Amino acid sequence: MVELYRQQFRTTIAVQLQYRAALVIWLIGQVLGPLVTLSVWTAVSASGGGQAGGYTPADFAAYYIVLMIVNQLTFTWIMFELEYRVRHGSMSMALLRPVHPIHSDIADNVAFKLLTFPLILVAAAVIALGFHPAFHFSAWSTVAFLPAVFLAFLVRFLMEWTLALAAFWTTRVSAVNQIYFVVSLFLSGQIAPLSLLPRGVQAAGMILPFRWTVGFPVELLLGKLSFPQALEGMAAQVAWLGLCLLLLRLVWRAGVRTYGAVGA
Amino acid sequence: MRFLRLLATFVRVGVLGELAYRANFFFQLLESLIELGTALAGLAIVFSYTASLGGWRPDEVVALVGVYFLAGGCIRLLIQPSMQQLIESVRDGTLDFILTKPEDAQVLASIQRVEIWKVADVALGLAVIGVALVRMGSRIDAVRALQFAAALVAGGVIVYSFWLILATLAFWFVRVENILVIFQSMYDAGRWPVGLYPGWLRFALTFLVPVTFAVTVPAEALAGRLGWLTLLGAGGLAVGLFVASRLLWRAGLRHYSGASA
Repeated sequence: MVELYRQQFRTTIAVQLQYRAALVIWLIGQVLGPLVTLSVWTAVSASGGGQAGGYTPADFAAYYIVLMIVNQLTFTWIMFELEYRVRHGSMSMALLRPVHPIHSDIADNVAFKLLTFPLILVAAAVIALGFHPAFHFSAWSTVAFLPAVFLAFLVRFLMEWTLALAAFWTTRVSAVNQIYFVVSLFLSGQIAPLSLLPRGVQAAGMILPFRWTVGFPVELLLGKLSFPQALEGMAAQVAWLGLCLLLLRLVWRAGVRTYGAVGA
Repeated sequence: MRFLRLLATFVRVGVLGELAYRANFFFQLLESLIELGTALAGLAIVFSYTASLGGWRPDEVVALVGVYFLAGGCIRLLIQPSMQQLIESVRDGTLDFILTKPEDAQVLASIQRVEIWKVADVALGLAVIGVALVRMGSRIDAVRALQFAAALVAGGVIVYSFWLILATLAFWFVRVENILVIFQSMYDAGRWPVGLYPGWLRFALTFLVPVTFAVTVPAEALAGRLGWLTLLGAGGLAVGLFVASRLLWRAGLRHYSGASA
């Protein structure tokens, strides 16, 4: 198993270094989103007397810089990838292998992130120069951030991998994906920190998994949460992790049974 | 006239090709509606904390979102598919088929492919602009309407010329699709007034990728904030880019020697 991961690591890095232009395009997309929203909220808090919903421009800058980093650490592209594999029939090959295909996907994802993490840090530094963020780290929340972000990655990966299996049943995955991305745009804290959204949306955010995959680690690191809230969040992450594992197992089994290979 | 007849023909071909997949229309409409709903919900959140955003009132930003959909729809309906086809046909040599037809090759290449269902974005954009106009009511006068129309035309010509210049580079460099993808991801930033962004990003969105002229400037006209000087500048840039793209296109054709055949 270790050998498998190591090989996948090497392959991914070699492949990505071949397509450097694609890396630049990916980086622009990854940075521009938070930058645009940050600019909007900076303008809002400037016209609202220096703050909006308890966030000053410096707070918004810190929030979106950390959000960009957490998003980079937890994002996956599996929902597009699996659809492509099913449509082109390369899923068949993955099924013939003696190990579950999720392992090579995890290795692929982690390798890509190791390669691109320095780029995101540079982008974060550039944004910090322009927007002057104010960070208020505390020791315990910084320590707690590490397991929180790791759990966030696991939950998001398993959830998106399970959702991506929708490709086994329908060819119209793009509609499914779009709805998922819109919901996560609001509930994961990307359009605004969750505390700025209407109460009903916040309540939905507490129940659904989206907040726990992005917004929660960000708020934790920035010291917006109390110690009990942090524990509560991690409990929610662990609960979702268990549920996702269970769902993944069930959906995968049913999906493989439905899968009729297309093409070669 | 001749141009319109040609365009109508290509639109008909596009419709005929897609009529077999009518369900796609509803999925496209669904996706466009979700995208529009997302944009408006984002506006609602932002305007629950402020009455004006960088000097823009809510109605005016709604109008801007409408222009964003309208311009984006036109790009995805006609400009982008045709230009992608052009780049491909330069690479594999099928541009020969266009060059041998008794019609201006630039015209043919520019309207050769129509992604007809993207018309949903155009319709939604127009509807949103309409709603915003009604809500602005008496603030709209003939001068603003005229400025808006002029800014929209100038923006359209600028975006078209920009894409043609990029696509024409395919005559010299084989791989130019990447630049087009960058345009896509930067176009998203046009959903908000570009005045909100830091200077360097504003510069990039104005001169590297002309999102400003396609979206913000026409919306400024509706908001009554567009100076005649900016409009004149947009018009001048439109004419300049159009001529430049035409010249580059002719130089590209001279450089083109077909492939394989």
